[in-house]
Amino acid sequence: MANSFLDRFKQGLSRTRDILNADVGDLLRGRRPLEPADLDAIEEALLAADMGVPAVAEAMEVLRARSREVWTEGRDAMRGLLRQELLRQLEQPAPAARTAARPWVVFLVGVNGVGKTTTIGKLARAERAAGRTALLVAADTFRAAAAEQLQVWAERTGAAFHRGAEGADPSAVLTDGLRAARSRGHDTVLVDTAGRLHTKGNLMAELAKMSRVAAREVPDAPHETLLVLDATLGGNALAQAREFAKAGGVTGLVLTKLDGTAKGGVAVAVVRELGVPIRHVGLGEAAEDLVPFDASSFVDALVGE
Amino acid sequence: MFDALSDRLQGVFRSLRGRGALTPEDVDQALREIRLALLEADVHFKVVKQFLERVRVRAVGQDVLKSLTPDQAVLRVVRDEMVALFGGGDAARLQGSSRLPAVVLMTGLQGSGKTTSTAKLARWLVQGGHHPLLVSTDVYRPAAREQLRTLGQQNNLQVHHPESLTQPRAILESALTEARSVGHDFLLVDTAGRLHIDDELMAELEELKRASQPTEVLYVADAMTGQDAVKSAEEFHKRVGTTGIVLTKLDGDARGGAALSAASVTGCPIKFAGVGERVDELEPFQADRMVGRILGMGDVLGLIEKAELIVDREKAEEQVRKLRRGEFTLEDYRDQLGQVRKMGPLDSVLSMIPGLGNAAKDVDTEQGERDLRRALAIIDSMTPLERREPSVLNGSRRKRIAKGSGTHVEDVNRVLKQFVQARKLMKQFGGGGANKMMKRLMGGRMAQFR
Repeated sequence: MANSFLDRFKQGLSRTRDILNADVGDLLRGRRPLEPADLDAIEEALLAADMGVPAVAEAMEVLRARSREVWTEGRDAMRGLLRQELLRQLEQPAPAARTAARPWVVFLVGVNGVGKTTTIGKLARAERAAGRTALLVAADTFRAAAAEQLQVWAERTGAAFHRGAEGADPSAVLTDGLRAARSRGHDTVLVDTAGRLHTKGNLMAELAKMSRVAAREVPDAPHETLLVLDATLGGNALAQAREFAKAGGVTGLVLTKLDGTAKGGVAVAVVRELGVPIRHVGLGEAAEDLVPFDASSFVDALVGE
Repeated sequence: MFDALSDRLQGVFRSLRGRGALTPEDVDQALREIRLALLEADVHFKVVKQFLERVRVRAVGQDVLKSLTPDQAVLRVVRDEMVALFGGGDAARLQGSSRLPAVVLMTGLQGSGKTTSTAKLARWLVQGGHHPLLVSTDVYRPAAREQLRTLGQQNNLQVHHPESLTQPRAILESALTEARSVGHDFLLVDTAGRLHIDDELMAELEELKRASQPTEVLYVADAMTGQDAVKSAEEFHKRVGTTGIVLTKLDGDARGGAALSAASVTGCPIKFAGVGERVDELEPFQADRMVGRILGMGDVLGLIEKAELIVDREKAEEQVRKLRRGEFTLEDYRDQLGQVRKMGPLDSVLSMIPGLGNAAKDVDTEQGERDLRRALAIIDSMTPLERREPSVLNGSRRKRIAKGSGTHVEDVNRVLKQFVQARKLMKQFGGGGANKMMKRLMGGRMAQFR
């Protein structure tokens, strides 16, 4: 099982890897000594992966500091160094283990269009596959037909579904949903929140309120708050991460749309900023296209194996 | 919008300012800073390279080094080149067609905002006297067609929704037939989000294009996208011949460099900008104004336009006349506050004023709005006599006003003090039309929140 996940992850990243290998991998292949200009090229490739200026600057500093000792050993040594440095930047405490709390409440948050609803559908499938019952709560009462979209996912995955009226107060919908989950004894509640730009103070306050409301209905809820990031996002993801963390705490990241050519290097920048782990990776639109994150494969994709 | 980029560039030029002539090293220093700023703003690194080369050639040329105000000269070069990068001047129009309906294909990646933009464009067309028909050919994402239909119902837009059809091409053809028979002049086609490397879906898009012969193929781009924006924009352009770009989610704080890059590599103008979630929050994109904002030159034109839209010119002139006679009352002050409020969120107004882009960020907007509402409530709680003759406001009257407006006496005092300051300020400046009045007003308001 674990192996097939890893294969899936690698396969999904292959496109990312192919393109990056042309950038970094070729640079770092073979034993020809490195030239100073190579460092600039590496820097550009990392920037092109959306790792962001601070993370790249940090990595480059390490490479430059150690460059003399690997200069003669050639490129393979340099790749090893870069790999090590990126893994270090991605290092993070392991996610808190799931406790016996029932229902286990998970919030999905993020800006508009990153793939929150689709991710919930995929998470629901994983819950069902693990033999747990799940309730999907459509707390996105703003976007037209958001609840309908979630309902389709509920039907596809055999999860229960709760919604309010369009335009209803999301906290009210959440309260009802959590009460329903308690009385029906669901194992997991997945809460789909409306996409919101992190710059909208009132919407961020609404999110903070939803966290409080959840804690009132279910002790310690939300047990997880997953920030959904789109692999195509640029530097703005950092600002997003900061604001969402401020509004209600973020316990983990989901990186979506990694099946394109976007490298998702922004995840490195965000992990570095928030110190929370990447939990899942989205590799397509089908329900099974969500796999656990694997740092090693991810870094391989960034710098070549 | 693009705030951080303009901060950095302002920083660069502040350090250059006031040193007389520039040396080539100075130019290099500035270019390095600009490079970093552009990279941080998500401008594609290849675009950055080309851009800097063009700037360097012109900056090191005689016009900058010999200029008496070299920083202004560099700024002008950067500005001109950036406007060129955005794809030139104003392009906010949709190509019509003599053969009705003119078809507009909305394309882009998943989650870029196609459906919302489709509804916004339709509304924009309706306001221009057109009769658009909308249709969604997104048969993949659950409830995608439902979303467009709901948006149509909420906003009085005609949406074609043939529920029994499940093939994008068949849906499109049915919509074309419907549009022709009813006589719609535009057909807006919302397509499914797709990855530019998904060959099958890209082929479907090509087929939709062949079947509908669109006058416009718009690529909907998310302002928050990173370096990959260039690749996808290029691929869409190659496969379906993009004619323009719609930039979405510009109401956030994304620096939008990716959008700049996408426009630059495809050579397509950015036609519209989405600046909010509501259907009326779509603006024609204006490259020169946007660049002005990036560079901290301010969007004076936009501010004046906004002010003119809101300010009742006659009323403003009446206020000026009163002022001259020393009759500026709390009632006039209330009108002014109301006008400022109508101009929109404080930070967006402030960021349009040259040199205040940074100040806009420091202002606590929500606090500002709250103060404004409170001031209005306080003035509303006064009797007409009190508004005309603030001098009658003794302690017990102030207590009553505080109670009536749900505030404290200190708040009442503060508003009165601000009123006296505003009156003094206006007397100093004297005269002037509505625009001048607005500028003074903004100055007064800044002082309150600094």
